[in-house]
Amino acid sequence: MKTNKIFISGDEAVAQGVKLSRPHVVAAYPITPQTITVERLSEMVEAGEMDAEYMHVESEHSAISATMGASAVGARTFTASSSQGLLYMAEGLHYCSGGRWPVVMMNANRSVALPWSIYGDQRDSLSLLDSGWIQVYVEDAQEALDMIIQAYKIAEHKDVLTPMMVNLDGFILTHTYELVEIPDQEMVDQFLPPFETPNKMSFENPKNLGFSSRPDDNTEFKYQQNEAMFNAIDVIRKTDEDFTEMFGRKYHGMVEEYMCEDADVVLVALGSVCGTVRVVVDKLRAEGKKVGLLKIRYMRPFPVEEVKDLAKRVKAMGVIDKDISFGYEGTVYTNVNSAISQIDKYVYKSNFVGGLGGRDITKAEIEDMYNKLYAGLENKSEETVEFFSLNVEGND
Amino acid sequence: MSRPKHTEYKIPQHINDYPTGPQYEAGFLPEKNAGWRTFKPVVNHDECIYCLRCYLLCPDGTIMKDNGKIKIDMDYCKGCGVCAHECPKDAIEMVKE
Amino acid sequence: MTKVLDIPKVNAKNMTEKEFFYGHKACAGCGGSIAVRLALKVLGERTYSALPAGCMSAVGFIYPQMAFNSNAIITTFPGSASMAAGIAAGAKALGQKDFKTVVFAGDGGTADIGFQALSGMIDRNDDVLYICYDNEAYMNTGIQKSGLTPYGTKTTTTPAGKNIPGTITHKKNLFEIIAAHDIAYAATASIGYPQDFINKVNKAKHVKGATFIHVYASCPTGWGTPTETSVEIAKDAVDAGLIFLAEYEDGEYKLNRNPKEFKSVEEYLKKQGRFKHMSDADIQCVIENRDKKWERMRKNWL
Repeated sequence: MKTNKIFISGDEAVAQGVKLSRPHVVAAYPITPQTITVERLSEMVEAGEMDAEYMHVESEHSAISATMGASAVGARTFTASSSQGLLYMAEGLHYCSGGRWPVVMMNANRSVALPWSIYGDQRDSLSLLDSGWIQVYVEDAQEALDMIIQAYKIAEHKDVLTPMMVNLDGFILTHTYELVEIPDQEMVDQFLPPFETPNKMSFENPKNLGFSSRPDDNTEFKYQQNEAMFNAIDVIRKTDEDFTEMFGRKYHGMVEEYMCEDADVVLVALGSVCGTVRVVVDKLRAEGKKVGLLKIRYMRPFPVEEVKDLAKRVKAMGVIDKDISFGYEGTVYTNVNSAISQIDKYVYKSNFVGGLGGRDITKAEIEDMYNKLYAGLENKSEETVEFFSLNVEGND
Repeated sequence: MSRPKHTEYKIPQHINDYPTGPQYEAGFLPEKNAGWRTFKPVVNHDECIYCLRCYLLCPDGTIMKDNGKIKIDMDYCKGCGVCAHECPKDAIEMVKE
Repeated sequence: MTKVLDIPKVNAKNMTEKEFFYGHKACAGCGGSIAVRLALKVLGERTYSALPAGCMSAVGFIYPQMAFNSNAIITTFPGSASMAAGIAAGAKALGQKDFKTVVFAGDGGTADIGFQALSGMIDRNDDVLYICYDNEAYMNTGIQKSGLTPYGTKTTTTPAGKNIPGTITHKKNLFEIIAAHDIAYAATASIGYPQDFINKVNKAKHVKGATFIHVYASCPTGWGTPTETSVEIAKDAVDAGLIFLAEYEDGEYKLNRNPKEFKSVEEYLKKQGRFKHMSDADIQCVIENRDKKWERMRKNWL
């Protein structure tokens, strides 16, 4: 197969993925670190490489409203945001999933004010887990591009019809240059057929959309939405397999296990930090320690079966959270822990909260996490939640 | 057909009987509004000059043209009385139901 | 821009007999529903309607009763202009032709929460007709003050008491704010002058790009008026000079109606429960504000 690799940033990879997916309408408002994506898209439209309406909306709220409007007449749509912008969209996120409009969005994961920070963590998207969007977290620029293409196929599936958010760590992925393989347009067209939906307004079949429902029916619509999200699990797995068959790259569906076959102690993480964890796993493995990594790709729908399956096979699980639900623990941990609690077995668990507001997570810190998991396991400790990268002494 | 008509709605028995998300056939009317009325409009066709002011101003669009005469869809008239009040010939009277 | 001279006139005799807003649950005598109904009859079958939270969406889309007999959608409250713009852009990208996208939003949905999106829509010159039906308060939520509630009005958030005489601000100057965007076509109207409103909708229908109509639409429930007087009171407001009929086109303002004498402001106000408490001084304040505005309009718009 002829390869076409170019050296681009994560944001640019997203733009390439969007172009290949042939959306009809792109509506976005600029916010760091998402801007490169929308700049490239506007250039592609200007150059005639992309046949889309580019809408210069005056806010993120309008970005999501405009994409919903376009989707409601059967158009394929794209938007992108980050942090404060994503939160400004929050009303529209719930609205969009409730409306069953398969909008695809890129979110550049960035910290949430206050204090202001343009740098990365995952508090923006994780605080919106309940907005009804499929959420995937990618590890590198290639995965970002590939997941944009997959996202349309998953979101637009007739049994799913649910919007999808592709999350990239701000700066670490959005602004880092990598060699990225650009798939062939014809193959993408074959993989991703044009968007068809019953859920649209048309002059052949006029409809009223976005209606209100009384208490008699509201629960049923929410039940249906929840079912659609569960339907997405099989669609995600199948789409990933089809993608591998056509393009050769493999992402393993809902989660990816790295060196977990015979592992005793594993760390669970999302996004770019997985790359660093892999390096530490390799080092510790060389030292004879049976460690592994569970890369959670999808936070919604949540990979309950995969987490349970791994928990049955290991002795200790630690969860890295670039997120904190104040007054409790990291949100990824809450979700993982809930799955682990469904199996009848003692697993030592620990939550490592850090990497907030752009702070690096180092190899030494990750190694320390594995060591703490071993120690906790040996002492048969209760679970612990800790901020692992405080630069000063914290309270006991 | 100039107006949507009252339509029977089948109460869903299975989740798949619901539409996929909040979307439904435009102009689907399982309910009538006649029950709102206290007064109903009665047209005196001898006085009516067919100026269509009532047709224009009915908030519910229930007044229709019927071979040179006006006719009211009593399924959806709420009895607000705008037609009678605006009639230049006082050809519509509001009568207690 | 299509020259508006050649547009065929629409009136009660020749307009489509089809009804596109039917079986809705609006209060009896609702002025907003007259505006929506007439506009849709002028715009015809090939129309996408977008309505934010507000009376007309609340009464039109209660599953399974679907009162819009053509394509329609409820939008986010602040996002009606942008959702409509998305509809227009999506339909265009799909190759659809000869259709119109229209917004029906209330005064709060337009002058307050939806204003940013509306400004963006006009700035981008999206192919959308935005109609604001102005009943001068948040009626759907139970009559709270909006940016278009006039001076003196008693609402549930501007109660009239010993210390404050109801609403103490004048209506936001929405029409001129919209015109200041250099919009291709904007107009004010009242359901009290239905043919004028129809003509303006018809004109906007034939303009490509963003257009705006601000239509005064009575609310018997919120105004404390008998249901049968909804059209009359909306006409009175114009005749008393409190609402003006004007257009903005090709960069020029035009005053459509310039009465030699105004009808009594006091009579207009005293017909309505929402103004009953107003003192002579408050009424004088309304009149002075009216006169100042007319002096300026007559000087610049004639």
